[in-house]
Amino acid sequence: MNPATEKTVTKKPAVLVSVFDAKLHYAVGGAFAAMRGKSTVVKAVDGVSFDIRRGESVGLLGESGCGKTSMGRLLLKLEEKTGGTIHFDGEEIGAVRGSGLKKFRSKAQLIFQNPFDAINPRFTIRRTLSEPLENAAIPRREREGRIITALELVKLPEPAQFLDRYPHQLSGGQLQRVVMARALILQPEFVVADEPVSMLDVSVRAGVLNVFRDVRDRLGLTAIYISHDLALVRYVCERTIVMYLGRIMEDGPTEDIVREPLHPYTKALVAAVPVPNPDQSHDPLPIGRGAPDPRNPPSGCVFRDRCPAAHARCASEIPLPKPVGTRTVACHLY
Amino acid sequence: MSEPLLSVRDPLLSVRDLRVSYQVGRNFVHAVDGASFDIPRGSITGLVGESGCGKTTIARALTRVIAENAAITGGQILFDGKDLAKIPEKEMNALRWRDIAFIPQSAMNSLDPVYTVEYQLDEVLRRRGGLNRKQSRARSEELFEMVGIDANRLNDYPHQFSGGMRQRVAIALALALDPKLIIADEPVTALDVIVQRQILDQLKELQTRLGVSVILVTHDISVVAYICDRTVVMYAGKVAESGTMQAALTAPSHPYTMGLRNAFPDLQGAASGILTPIEGAPPNLASPPAGCRFKPRCPFALDICGTEPPVIEVAPDHPVLCHRAHESAALRIESAKTETWMAPA
Repeated sequence: MNPATEKTVTKKPAVLVSVFDAKLHYAVGGAFAAMRGKSTVVKAVDGVSFDIRRGESVGLLGESGCGKTSMGRLLLKLEEKTGGTIHFDGEEIGAVRGSGLKKFRSKAQLIFQNPFDAINPRFTIRRTLSEPLENAAIPRREREGRIITALELVKLPEPAQFLDRYPHQLSGGQLQRVVMARALILQPEFVVADEPVSMLDVSVRAGVLNVFRDVRDRLGLTAIYISHDLALVRYVCERTIVMYLGRIMEDGPTEDIVREPLHPYTKALVAAVPVPNPDQSHDPLPIGRGAPDPRNPPSGCVFRDRCPAAHARCASEIPLPKPVGTRTVACHLY
Repeated sequence: MSEPLLSVRDPLLSVRDLRVSYQVGRNFVHAVDGASFDIPRGSITGLVGESGCGKTTIARALTRVIAENAAITGGQILFDGKDLAKIPEKEMNALRWRDIAFIPQSAMNSLDPVYTVEYQLDEVLRRRGGLNRKQSRARSEELFEMVGIDANRLNDYPHQFSGGMRQRVAIALALALDPKLIIADEPVTALDVIVQRQILDQLKELQTRLGVSVILVTHDISVVAYICDRTVVMYAGKVAESGTMQAALTAPSHPYTMGLRNAFPDLQGAASGILTPIEGAPPNLASPPAGCRFKPRCPFALDICGTEPPVIEVAPDHPVLCHRAHESAALRIESAKTETWMAPA
């Protein structure tokens, strides 16, 4: 965003999370890949900056390999960044260790994508939800009450009946609510939800999304919602950050992005979303064929090899994010 | 190839009262329990439903490539004057690839990782199609051009292709012997939205150009709305309703289809729109509810719904499996309200 980001953290406590020039580079391949002239580094996140205000819901949108999940994991310190800074509530999370880390974990939680994988099939729901309470040293006698409250929060009817059940006895929608309850049981301030409904059937998705919106509003949560589906992001988030090959292409109010995308990549992304309307345009997408290759991104703008508006400057110069109206766009057209 | 003709007269494929069951221990699960629908020539039909509704089982039953513990226990699959449910395996095998091609879920699994894609095309073209080596090479190049892949990639192995490219290869394979019917099981589900759209456009273009019929099996109604002419909506092993895409979108007549319309976000819809889930979950097919299978989740259920629902034609070419199908216009209005779905009867 702008170089003053770090200062704004201390001045404005309205910002909960502040990311500046964050990088996550993975070493891949090795000597043999290097010999064949292949890159041995994948830049999953490469110089990303943004602030999230308290109570804001931000969608991280992009295709697979764009770095959205890596970014989410960096924010929760599930992955150590290879560069830049990430402040949570004014504190740089890179240095947090020991009891500080434990405290951070209770404040910042992840809602997993696949409820069938995220819960131990051999644990009852009671045990699944007791674990975080044990970790936080909540006295035993308080635990059951907290569990019931959390299950009520995610609108599982008659929560007591679920306590002694095992995951396979629950439907996908019920299980995803349990995953949500586990993330919320320690009353975090910040949650990262990684495609939380992608494994669920269409008819039950809406229920889980509505619970997510409701819980967020009631607890005043700050939320990141990671998805490849703009329609879902639009339903949950007032702001959207569009990523491509580890970088931010566009960042702004979701409605503005849906109605008038500015970045050429966002334009293609919005046009590609199928809508339940037989009159939808079948025009070819304004984007080149092919798939982004994170190991060999193009020089300059990472999107230029698929961009219909690419020109000479795009190859030589990385476009920096610029404010355009309500948004920030990283493109030489603006 | 016959000309595109959108009418159920002279259908390419007619499924009548099809039943497919799985044996699980001592129990039988009737995954497809009396499904009937027609596939017109030169059309794309979306076979839609949630997981476990029986859509993949139907798709596989049409080619008789079903699991070992499964069997077609009743009904007819009429294709070109033959009943595919009854013809001997040898005769069925002769139809595969030549007349009916199958694109399985996730092209990653349908391609053999240890052979080049040319080898795999060659196998179909020479062994099944009776082409010689030279003809096979020429046809392979032609097929690659059709699906938009450079012919010099024929000698590559599947892992050297991206997910979208592999799906194009799978489409090329399906088209190899100019079949009359292609069954594609979730062909774009694992793909990103941009690649998904490009593959769908390609599939539609080829389907129109070649006049082939396609059955697209998917859970994604938006995908169906985007490229299909017709749709068959399944719920818990039965066809809830079928007909033209236009009818399904503008006049959904089964409460399940009506409910689905409220349940997923529409990028063209109002920003303030609230999504309404269908409460509950699909029934366990080992012990389905008596009567209408949607009854436990249906806001319009009456006592009569405890009995087997009839198939009612609400309009020509629009059969609906519902006791209250004749009231569908009124129910549609009710179904658009969120309150309707809050407390199912």
